[in-house]
Amino acid sequence: MKNQRLQRAMVTAASSVLAVIVALAISAIILLITGKDPVKAYSTLFGAAGESRVLQGMANRATPLMISAAAVAIGFKMNLFNIGVEGQMRVALLTTAVVGAAVDLPPVLHVLFCLVVAMTAGALWAGIAGWLKVKRNVNEVISTIMLNFIALSLVAWAFDDFFRVESATESLLVKTKELPKSAWFPDLVDRRLNGMFIIAILVLVLFWVVVWKTKFGFRLRASGGNSGAARATGVNPKKMILISMLLSGAIAGLVGMRALLGDVHAYQNNLAEQQGFNGIAVALLGRNHPLGIFFSALLFGFLGEASGKLQLEDIPKEITTIMSGIIVLAVVIINEAVKRWDDRRIQRKAAAELESEPKSEVES
Amino acid sequence: MSEAGTLAVELSGITKRFPGVVANYNVSLRVRPGTIHAVVGENGAGKSTLMKTLYGMHQPDEGSIAVGGRTVAFKSPTDAIAAGIGMVHQHFKLADNLSILENIILGNEPVGRRGRIDASSAKARLAELAASLGVSFDVDDLVGTLGVGERQRVEILKVLYRGAQILILDEPTAVLVPQEVEELFATLKRLVAEGRTVIFISHKLDEVLRYCDEITVMRQGTTVATTTPSRVDRRGLAELMVGSDLPDPSGRETPIGSDVVLSVHDLSVAGASAGAKLALEEISLSVHSGEVVGVAGVEGNGQFELCEAILGLMPLVSGRVEIAGHDLTDVETRERITSGLSYIPFDRHREGLLLDAPLWENTMLGREDEPGLTSGPFIGRRKAEADAREIIRRFGVRTPSEQVPAFALSGGNQQKLVVGREMATNPKILLAAHPTRGVDVGAQAAIWEELRHARDKGLGVLLISADLEELIGLSDRIVVMFDGRITAELDPRRATPELLGTYMTGEIQDREAAR
Repeated sequence: MKNQRLQRAMVTAASSVLAVIVALAISAIILLITGKDPVKAYSTLFGAAGESRVLQGMANRATPLMISAAAVAIGFKMNLFNIGVEGQMRVALLTTAVVGAAVDLPPVLHVLFCLVVAMTAGALWAGIAGWLKVKRNVNEVISTIMLNFIALSLVAWAFDDFFRVESATESLLVKTKELPKSAWFPDLVDRRLNGMFIIAILVLVLFWVVVWKTKFGFRLRASGGNSGAARATGVNPKKMILISMLLSGAIAGLVGMRALLGDVHAYQNNLAEQQGFNGIAVALLGRNHPLGIFFSALLFGFLGEASGKLQLEDIPKEITTIMSGIIVLAVVIINEAVKRWDDRRIQRKAAAELESEPKSEVES
Repeated sequence: MSEAGTLAVELSGITKRFPGVVANYNVSLRVRPGTIHAVVGENGAGKSTLMKTLYGMHQPDEGSIAVGGRTVAFKSPTDAIAAGIGMVHQHFKLADNLSILENIILGNEPVGRRGRIDASSAKARLAELAASLGVSFDVDDLVGTLGVGERQRVEILKVLYRGAQILILDEPTAVLVPQEVEELFATLKRLVAEGRTVIFISHKLDEVLRYCDEITVMRQGTTVATTTPSRVDRRGLAELMVGSDLPDPSGRETPIGSDVVLSVHDLSVAGASAGAKLALEEISLSVHSGEVVGVAGVEGNGQFELCEAILGLMPLVSGRVEIAGHDLTDVETRERITSGLSYIPFDRHREGLLLDAPLWENTMLGREDEPGLTSGPFIGRRKAEADAREIIRRFGVRTPSEQVPAFALSGGNQQKLVVGREMATNPKILLAAHPTRGVDVGAQAAIWEELRHARDKGLGVLLISADLEELIGLSDRIVVMFDGRITAELDPRRATPELLGTYMTGEIQDREAAR
């Protein structure tokens, strides 16, 4: 009985691994066409996996990816496609940079305060899309994309007109007022791996517990799996939409905190750029499951970190970007094919186990 | 009845399996040209599967199809259309924002010079076809402005325009009012008079007997008889459809209780669109403990809205809902459920099951707040699994284990699981919508047995069913719904399917609502 679950999990994991292998093969062909040696490229790339500096960098890059993938995945569980993680992150970044620099708190408390501010800001921004969906039935894909543009411009304007501080030493870099040291998130490995990595893992663990182990999570999955059935058994779909959008936004608020609290310590343009969007790919490869997201984030983190090595060997580092793109495409295609095959397998197996008393049934 | 020698359509030995289910088994159908041939059977008897086979929407696992004496193998509906077969679906496939002409030529446009659509030649052909059908309309009118009956004729014209000689109509009268039914058959008579052939899918016996030339009866996936209206009466046809060994559910030993477990007063619900008439109009009824109240009616006459309103899933225009003596008009669905309300939904796939989730999660759905299944905010997985095993055992759900995802079960077993879940809470009042739809005879008997057993222990049941034998057999009282109102209340001991049928079509109304 437990085996069955394990089997399904294995099939799921295997299909993602297969997608990565297919992507590697296709990338090898691209390398060949461009006249580079794929064997050399891959041995350089994966040779880097032995270096602790690369591994630390991988985990550091994976940190925001894990968080933004969790933000996307919690929406997916409810059949909501939150493409607005980028915008929610951006609103949270500026808000936290400004509010965090304005208060004076003891060290640990200050960091926690900043995290709460970030989650609140992200949740409120995502809440707009949730509210529009519940009240006006506006498709959340459209509204979150539009809210991304609005967030980007709004934040850029607020930053330029109100919060930027000309720095005396780095005159080209405009930032907000720097956060006091009490708000800095400490590094695990100095200048290599920030402590937000622990928070990211915590987010994934909490995500797993809430979605798979609690009544609330069950209702969330039920609404996502079959909203009609959930509704008929008394789950209020509007409430679930609003709550899951708020939750997704709150997690999205945390995405940029490694960059803000752990690295730059002030808001600047381009801070943590694209990290909200990249989470969509990570969630896809990780099949919206915390464990899958953990490994996919590490993989994407590794590709980003190790790409620098390729340049030393005169292989364009863009090959890793191409690889990431192909992985995502391969995942979409292979997952669908594997799911169909697996569904049929389970159906046949269930039918076979019941073969002892054959009886025809009529389906309308 | 030209060319009496060759058959228009001949299906022999057709078997079609779906995973875990045999939808058609050894089906034979012989349709003579120039006739209206009815294929009748209950919901789930396999009529639609058979017609999809004939129309090339899927391929049979066994058996052969011959059209006009020539054996054919359709890979897709395109092949079937090329062979002169046309299908008018129950749900119209028309674009509201296009004109009648545009809808009809859509996908089959006559191309004139320089790639332009040659509207005038299409119009001329259409006028000819319309004249032969005896209908007239302005082909430039938007389809959105047409009524249901007119839309159906547009669908028929569309099929004819593509050169169909054999028309399949899938339950065409389900959406029509009686006068429109009459008009439809007038149209069909003209078609067969011109030598075309009509295959008419229905489960309404009256119209079949009145208008069709030949009747083939399907039951449980296979054809059981072919007859003509002159050789069979309504009763005989009903017996062929449901099989002679109808379980006799009448004999009850326990008296009906005195407490009212469900009562609704003056319940009104708005129609689907703004300005439409009310979907439910001042419905009042009550169910006592230990009583089964049957609701008869053609689908779409307010039964769905009645359930939704009782469950609190639809805003009320007016009215009151009381469950076990408590006024629950303004409380949320979940609270109504915990007050003793249960619901076997109309469509188990749409409203009953999480198909991708394991059975134990399915049996927990809607019951997460039961202390036996959860501890605090957390799911009590072991308890929920044990509970699922108990439901599986008690209701005879055939499955390898409670970990199997729901989609792996056959339709009958899925239904037993839903029924089991809804009975597991020991409800006071059960809304049972088509509790045995599309399930095999064994599962049907098991579900009936459980309903009777629970009724004897005091469960009140509001039974909505299209199966009139089920309604008459199980109910203590039957109300008839027509057009969003309760139009009659009958004693099942005196009711016959014929009588119910006349009430259901609105021909007679005992209790005319004041207008």
